[in-house]
Amino acid sequence: MDIEGIGHHISRQYNEELEDIRTKVMEMGGLVELQLVNAVKALEEDDSELAETVIATDYQVNSLEVEIDEECVQILARRQPAAGDLRLIMAVIKTITDLERIGDEAERIGKMSLNFKTNDNIKSTLPAIGHMGSRVRVMVHEALDAFARMDAEAALQTWHGDRQVDKEYEGIMRQLMTYMMEDPRSIPNVLDLLWTVRALERIGDRATNICEYVMYLVKGKDVRHISAEQMEKQILS
Amino acid sequence: MNNPDKLEAVNKNSQTQSDVCIKVNDLKLFYSEKSALHGINMSVPRNKVTAFIGPSGCGKSTLLRCFNRMNDLVDDVRIEGNITIDGDNIYDKSVNVADLRRRVGMVFQKPNPFPKSIYENVAYGLRIQGVNSRRRLDEAVESSLKGAALWEEVKDRLEDSAFGLSGGQQQRLVIARAIAIEPEVLLLDEPASALDPISTLKIEELIYELKDRYTILIVTHNMQQAARVSDKTAFLYMGDLIEFDDTNKIFTNPEKKKTEDYITGRYG
Repeated sequence: MDIEGIGHHISRQYNEELEDIRTKVMEMGGLVELQLVNAVKALEEDDSELAETVIATDYQVNSLEVEIDEECVQILARRQPAAGDLRLIMAVIKTITDLERIGDEAERIGKMSLNFKTNDNIKSTLPAIGHMGSRVRVMVHEALDAFARMDAEAALQTWHGDRQVDKEYEGIMRQLMTYMMEDPRSIPNVLDLLWTVRALERIGDRATNICEYVMYLVKGKDVRHISAEQMEKQILS
Repeated sequence: MNNPDKLEAVNKNSQTQSDVCIKVNDLKLFYSEKSALHGINMSVPRNKVTAFIGPSGCGKSTLLRCFNRMNDLVDDVRIEGNITIDGDNIYDKSVNVADLRRRVGMVFQKPNPFPKSIYENVAYGLRIQGVNSRRRLDEAVESSLKGAALWEEVKDRLEDSAFGLSGGQQQRLVIARAIAIEPEVLLLDEPASALDPISTLKIEELIYELKDRYTILIVTHNMQQAARVSDKTAFLYMGDLIEFDDTNKIFTNPEKKKTEDYITGRYG
């Protein structure tokens, strides 16, 4: 399955339906990405208005998920897609589930930032969280880009990026723990940050899921739950 | 385009030699000078359903008719290569074609019952074989009709004309007639394409049940049907076997672009 092959159905209407679904997935991805950027920014800059926007956007993301799901069901029922088309529909159904969850995580970060009371001590963690946030955002962006271009190798590349996210996650966790030990009164605040960092880490995981769907879509190989070496062998062969 | 070595390799991957019922060896078929099959190689597994798909004129029905030498009846047909069933070359000079067709039963697109009673339709093949014992015929008719999932519907009117049955029932009657003489292989040439959806599903269900006892080869234009009933799928295109693999593989991740284009409804 490659990007050139996506059209070319004898039924032009079918081409349009598939193209429409792809466009909507990209639209949903764009919204989620924006949610993520704004959520992290709202936290870093203590911008409650921006946090409210993030929370409000979730409604749009959810309704897109429902809409795309519905269109996929229609195609399954009416077109009985096979081979690459079938894999595309499966990949879309799974991708939008992960995108919706990424949206939920971003919303959670937004809500957290509304509660969050900065004090000088733990404020020093924010740049690190911001850094992790942008790394995760790039991952989501690249995963969606690989999806749009149907590029399995790019998906594999992005998939590897999660290791770095996990490292940053552990680093920030250690830092936050020291704050809690030093000053128990900071615990409620630190917990909020901890959940935020946890949310970012989960988003990274979901981005790798999307990468796996792209590899399945393009190569027809299920690469979930296998080692990185096996995955490389499957995708680069 | 057709790479026999590669296809053989694919075949060997998924089955051992003893599972193979039919082997097609570099089979070429010409209608006078025009080549219709350009060297087909494949191993058809035993007690499985193998579906042949491909656009009109690709040679799938021609190939199917090679398995019981129906093409012998067509003028100007020349065949090279051979087909073996359980190791016997069916194109060998010593082969009695009538015996071969007893081993390899065939069902066509349009149900073709004889203008006789339901009972006599099923008993026909056995009577030709010289079976006249009423008891044996009764048993064979009942078990064949049961095997074709028709018994319950006709048991009280076995002496009625076969033409009184619906199209779907007639098709199952023809299948009962084919299995009454206990063939090893069943060839089905678009067996459900003249039937309504419910009768089609009954035929498909029947195919599923019959594969325990017979090796079934089916030609169908309905790709969803091939996907539903078959274990293996062969895609033919302009006289070449493009791809032959597990049906699961063909319909989710075919190797060849031509196969993908065909089953997803794309123009190449």
